[in-house]
Amino acid sequence: MGHFVIVGILVVVMAVLTYFGLDATGLATQMHPVAASAQAAPIDQLWHWEVMVISFLFALIVVPIGYSLTVFRQKKGEMLDGEHMEGNASLEIAWTVVPLIIVVIFAYFGAYSLGEVRRVDANAMIINVTGQQFSWTFEYPEYGFVTTELYLPVDRQVVLKMQSNDVIHSFWVPEFRVKQDVVPGRITEYRITPTLEGSYKVRCAELCGTSHAYMESPVVVVDSAAYDAWVVEQVKIAEESKTPEGQGKLLATKNGCIGCHSVDGAAMTGPTWFGLYGSEVKLADGSTVTADDAFIAQSILEPTVTVVEGYPPVMPPYVLTDEEISNLIAYIKTLK
Amino acid sequence: MKGFFSSALARGLFWQVIGTLVGAGLVTGIRALMGLSATDTFFFTEPAWVLGGFTGTLFFLVGSGVTADWIKWMRGIDTPDHHEDHHTGAAKYINVSLDHKVIGIQYTLVALVLIAVGGLFALIFRTELAASELQFLTTDMKLFGQNGPQLYNTLMSLHGMIMIVSILLGIAGIMNYVVPLLLGAADMAFPRLNAFSYWIAVPAAVLLLSSLVLGGFDTGWTGYPPLSARAPVGMQMFFLGVFVAGWSSILGSLNILVTVVRMRARGMNAMRMPILVWASIATSLIALTATQFIGLSFQLVMFQRLFGMGFFDPAKGGNPVLFQHLFWFYSHPAVYVFILPGLGVISELLPVFVRKPLFGYRWIAMSSLGIALVGFLVWAHHMFTSGMNEYLRVPFMYSTLLVAVPTGVKFFSWVATIWKGRISTPTPMLFVLGGIIVFLLGGLTGPPNATISTDLHLHDTYFIVGHFHDTIFGGFVFPFFAAIYYWFPKATGRRMNETLGKLHFWLMTPSFFVLTFGMMYIGLIGMRRRIADYDPALGIDGAHLVLTIAAFLIATSVLIFFYNFINSIRNGEKAEGNVWNSRSPEWQVPSPMPAHNYERPFEVVGEPYDYGLNDSGFVKFIEEPAKGKH
Repeated sequence: MGHFVIVGILVVVMAVLTYFGLDATGLATQMHPVAASAQAAPIDQLWHWEVMVISFLFALIVVPIGYSLTVFRQKKGEMLDGEHMEGNASLEIAWTVVPLIIVVIFAYFGAYSLGEVRRVDANAMIINVTGQQFSWTFEYPEYGFVTTELYLPVDRQVVLKMQSNDVIHSFWVPEFRVKQDVVPGRITEYRITPTLEGSYKVRCAELCGTSHAYMESPVVVVDSAAYDAWVVEQVKIAEESKTPEGQGKLLATKNGCIGCHSVDGAAMTGPTWFGLYGSEVKLADGSTVTADDAFIAQSILEPTVTVVEGYPPVMPPYVLTDEEISNLIAYIKTLK
Repeated sequence: MKGFFSSALARGLFWQVIGTLVGAGLVTGIRALMGLSATDTFFFTEPAWVLGGFTGTLFFLVGSGVTADWIKWMRGIDTPDHHEDHHTGAAKYINVSLDHKVIGIQYTLVALVLIAVGGLFALIFRTELAASELQFLTTDMKLFGQNGPQLYNTLMSLHGMIMIVSILLGIAGIMNYVVPLLLGAADMAFPRLNAFSYWIAVPAAVLLLSSLVLGGFDTGWTGYPPLSARAPVGMQMFFLGVFVAGWSSILGSLNILVTVVRMRARGMNAMRMPILVWASIATSLIALTATQFIGLSFQLVMFQRLFGMGFFDPAKGGNPVLFQHLFWFYSHPAVYVFILPGLGVISELLPVFVRKPLFGYRWIAMSSLGIALVGFLVWAHHMFTSGMNEYLRVPFMYSTLLVAVPTGVKFFSWVATIWKGRISTPTPMLFVLGGIIVFLLGGLTGPPNATISTDLHLHDTYFIVGHFHDTIFGGFVFPFFAAIYYWFPKATGRRMNETLGKLHFWLMTPSFFVLTFGMMYIGLIGMRRRIADYDPALGIDGAHLVLTIAAFLIATSVLIFFYNFINSIRNGEKAEGNVWNSRSPEWQVPSPMPAHNYERPFEVVGEPYDYGLNDSGFVKFIEEPAKGKH
């Protein structure tokens, strides 16, 4: 009986040590980054319970093995057999039934937690989100403007209606805890109530191609006064962008052009637009052309025909009207 | 060297190249006649490469000679039923043999080669991850028509699938070598099919690797469309490689099942079979019935690309989420295919080294079948964030958590087996114990992924990466090494060096704990899966550096293993007897064993694991040589 008592005590000690060890690294009471949404609370709570059970089960298996290895070890040169012990049906039934009960309890908590996370507020604000290789755009239908930053008022539920222009992406803000894939051909929903003001990032979590790692956009949670001021400013910008250049800039954002083409000369997946108009461009086939209206229009409509030297032929063709193309060119002209 | 060029392997590879050119040339010719473009970025067009890959595989199989007997039968020529090997020494392993022991070793050797290749890929991208920003896989670099980040994606994706194929070959190696010996059979039920199952895996591996030089692919091993419908032609070689490797798995598992049903020694009823046989049954049942689904899902994407069929293209009414259901219907049960033989090895070896019966034999045997069964009902837990029906997620959470029950039975039974045993820890036992602990970590980090709300955070992060590396190392890699150290003397008559074996273990295990714990830690913080670069603002540069160092330590330990393995074949200490003092039948006869195994058949007279019971034996050899068609 002595062995069981010692092992019992050691299991408890080990379980407590494991739990506090995880707590010391900051992993026990919450999943790591700061929790910034109402939905994070039930998720972190469930995680905390799971860490407790994990700590206990870890100790329950590791301690008897470690104890046996130390105490019941074959001594050097010894070649003895152990006790002939074939099994014990009641023990086996116990360690089948007890885990079964624990599992069902956890599944219940899991379902309950999911219910909390999906709790619907009828007054939630709707924002349309579009994912494309390799950028996010956010449309505020109430006000009719489009941005590349997601501004959210604190303590108000928002529903993101998400769609993809090309492949599968996944919308994840680690601080919000929730993740939802964005699938071409359907609209998926992401419901969140930000609770903590601050600057975060949405990070695409589903591999979507070459620059997947960089498919990140700012997510800013502000108080309602600051949010209203931001909306007024965005509406003003949208008014001002009724010019061809402004419309072009909007198109570049909406279609995700700026996910691959920088506007300040920085190196990205595609050639930069900075100083592009009127410049001499060397193509992959060795020829050199001047980046005029015709060249830019062709590069949008048939991108594989005019691949610039040193860049992969990965741009899909875009179907735009003549007016949209001339607006885009007007915008590119301003980038000098 | 001359021997190599005339070997089945060399002939097969030669004919694979010829076959590829024939198939690709045919398509190119037809295209030219139709006035379509004949060449593309990688010389041939995509349809030409696909048909070439297919005909290359057929040419390999015929060229290597593995189908020779079947072809003779079709022509009405008889071949001897009872095959003897014409090759000796190393030549045996690069030529067609029908001996299950040779085939088992062939499988194991290819698995080890692929582990080395997949591991090398991992080291390359792990090095790139050591610090944020791109260091050498930059956008400026160019290799095989890919820039740095594209090459990163290709290497990361190939690491996944190469390792999976390596595992499938590794478990096939263990099962092929050991199961007939445990059953007292002279060979597998279908020796020619057995050789075929092995040899078809070789062109499959070549196809998979060829994707690296044909533009690569950037989808991860999962190959989700629409991304995989847009990837370069390397994607098709990947799909084709997996499709062909699937045949190996399906036919191999069929062979195992028939062998177990039909070829057991006298007296070996179901509850007296060695426990590894039960695990092999469970794993083969899954592989036989589920592998078709990954083949099917990949084939549908191949056809979408080749013929414009819109299975998964929303613009044509297709559904990208449907692919994920088809894919995971195999690929989740597949992880149980990977681990069940490993768990069987743990259960098989534990009693030998603790000198005690396996605690709860029946429960462990049934838990393997339980895991196999429940494993078919959980696939959608990979899709909690995919946009599938919201309410369907809940039943999948229940079924997923249910896997914990049979898995728990195994753990508790192992602990009870070890309890009060007279334990010794030579190298195989160290890897068994390491496997138990590592698999425990994998098991314990599973439930947070199963409960949907916590998974919404964890999905597609490094937490998952850490979790499944724990399950696969604990369920396959550690037991695989244990099996190699344990049965090496059976195969060669020599044992591997103990000191180097222990060094391998003590270098690999702590490094591995650091690696996976670190992965889970950075995953919680916000490190996503499958990214070439990460935001320095996350503050995980230091953690990544530690992970990279740990990865290199693991690689060093595996190099030590390779040296030990190769060196011990010629120079290992002689060990022709019952090295481990085991009750198992294969250890009751001298090593290495001849073709057709036991010279005298045996009869089962007791329980397999009755250690500690005086005057009991598991098997008794029958004095009269067996009569009949042997």
